[in-house]
Amino acid sequence: MGLALVWQTVINGWVTSFSYAVLAVGLALIFGVARLANFAWGEFLMVGAYTVWMVYTIGGYPFAVAVLVAMVVVGGMGAITELSIFRRLRGNIAATFMAATGLIYILQVFTGQMWGLGRTKPVLPPIPGSLEILGASVGWQRFVIIPAGIAMIGGLWFFLHRFKMGRALRATSQDAEAAALQGINPNRMALIAMGIASAFAGVAGALLSPIYSVTPYMGTRVILMVFIIVVFGGVGSIEGALLASIILGFLYAVITTLLDSTIATIISALIMAAVLAFRPQGLLGREKA
Amino acid sequence: MRKHNLSRPHAGLVVLIAFSCVVPFFLSTYYCGVATELLIFIILALSFRLILTTGGWNLAHYVVMGCGAYFSAIMVRDFGWPFWATLPVAGLVTALVGLVLSYPLARMREFAYLIGSYAMGEAIRLSWNRLEYPFGGPGGITDIPRPSPWSIPGLPTIDFRQAIPYYFLVLGVMLVSLFIMYRIDRSRLGDTFKSIYSQDVLAESVGISIVGYKRLAFVIGSFFAGICGVLLGHYHGAIDPAVFALGPLIILLAWLAVGGITTFTGPIIGTVFFVLLAEALRPLGAWRPLVYGCVLIGVLLFMPYGLEGLPAMVAPRVKRLRRRIRRE
Repeated sequence: MGLALVWQTVINGWVTSFSYAVLAVGLALIFGVARLANFAWGEFLMVGAYTVWMVYTIGGYPFAVAVLVAMVVVGGMGAITELSIFRRLRGNIAATFMAATGLIYILQVFTGQMWGLGRTKPVLPPIPGSLEILGASVGWQRFVIIPAGIAMIGGLWFFLHRFKMGRALRATSQDAEAAALQGINPNRMALIAMGIASAFAGVAGALLSPIYSVTPYMGTRVILMVFIIVVFGGVGSIEGALLASIILGFLYAVITTLLDSTIATIISALIMAAVLAFRPQGLLGREKA
Repeated sequence: MRKHNLSRPHAGLVVLIAFSCVVPFFLSTYYCGVATELLIFIILALSFRLILTTGGWNLAHYVVMGCGAYFSAIMVRDFGWPFWATLPVAGLVTALVGLVLSYPLARMREFAYLIGSYAMGEAIRLSWNRLEYPFGGPGGITDIPRPSPWSIPGLPTIDFRQAIPYYFLVLGVMLVSLFIMYRIDRSRLGDTFKSIYSQDVLAESVGISIVGYKRLAFVIGSFFAGICGVLLGHYHGAIDPAVFALGPLIILLAWLAVGGITTFTGPIIGTVFFVLLAEALRPLGAWRPLVYGCVLIGVLLFMPYGLEGLPAMVAPRVKRLRRRIRRE
């Protein structure tokens, strides 16, 4: 392929990587801290996108306001589900997973029946036009996920390493029992992790809503890749999730350019299976995953 | 070793089998179809439990079942195989698929197992979607014929295109499958499987090869899933990749979570419960999955052992209530 196409693929790779990274990092955080396999993650994203549709397209408020509202709504939803459902199932990963699948049904059906199936909800890109970087063109709305992702993940990293509460979160993730012995309340940590991660999912859904078609089932499209990334990177490892997002995001972009996106997903799944067969804890995971 | 109370459970079993032999004659064609599907789903739920006894919630199970359905449909369409030949061969082929999948899966645990199995299932399913030949792409395969009729001299021809004969065909396959799976569950092998689920470190220390037995359970479970796929494919007459997607998979998980998984009867109870619930909720239309989700979460929160644990949960309360009544 020509040099222009290579460059275009590189840009696409970064965009794909960061859209996955924001979701994967949040998921890895809640798995590490709360031992919670939230399979309804794609539906959290969907709720974020629907919030933007309602606030921005229907309500006519500025896009930035819509993103903030989506962050609060989905963050709040994460906190509520943690308090009402997941807290009571802590320690049984299969049960949390099952409850999350129940949540998938509830969220999909509720959204579909309230606001209708069929046509996708239109969300116009707030910044029209596209950006030209050395001959490659990328829509502004797609590009914006890169700085937003860097800001969010950078902010999370800073919070986890420089704040007392962030350190407490990491301690719980490393060894919940030892952390509890130091006076760190595991339930409180799980609530905070769930709130932050869900807010991430809300923002991701908001930023991606003009690019993806907004339907009640948009979550299932994204979720497979995000889960593959989390497992590939090492369950519960935030650094691993980030690394895996970049590796698989680029791979996905390259294969999508050369062949198509279905084959890209299949190959990602096979790579994950092959890696896990030899390294069950994933790229950067700890011994027991 | 284990002692069976021979008379009581067997009497109940005979009544149940007699009931299921009589019941289709009193049902409309539609409900006979529902009953046929129910029997297939019972095999599916129990084959899922067989894998689960070694500790893995295998999210590829629905797709593995689809492998059986696709194999049989393709053999019948392109090679003119009869149904009676594809039924066992499809089981063996899906067992082989299971063997391949079990290599990476047997080493994964918990979260990785869930997602690993889901991702590999999706990889297979997406390839059906992608390949126009032989899988028919998103449209799938249509016009899968019912089994050819049996004509036994002296008796009327048994035409499996009709609802009742196909029901009995499925019932027969189900009884044989359940008998085999029940024997496995009660055998030394079944005990070994369960020891891996409950005490994997201990099991390994007494010389049980965890990976080997997990793989064995996976292969046996996949075999029966393949059989279910053949029965379902030839029953509906058409299959496509969406049939084996996430939605129905969640229902399969719900059967087991709601019914309970510690006993052999738990998944059967759960499956029957959900199929009856689905029929009862038919007026709700598209809202139905929302109710399933609520039922599933409710059971997980308030009945951690599922419906099968209900008697044990209720019994002490009833006893307490009875004592209080006696006192007053």
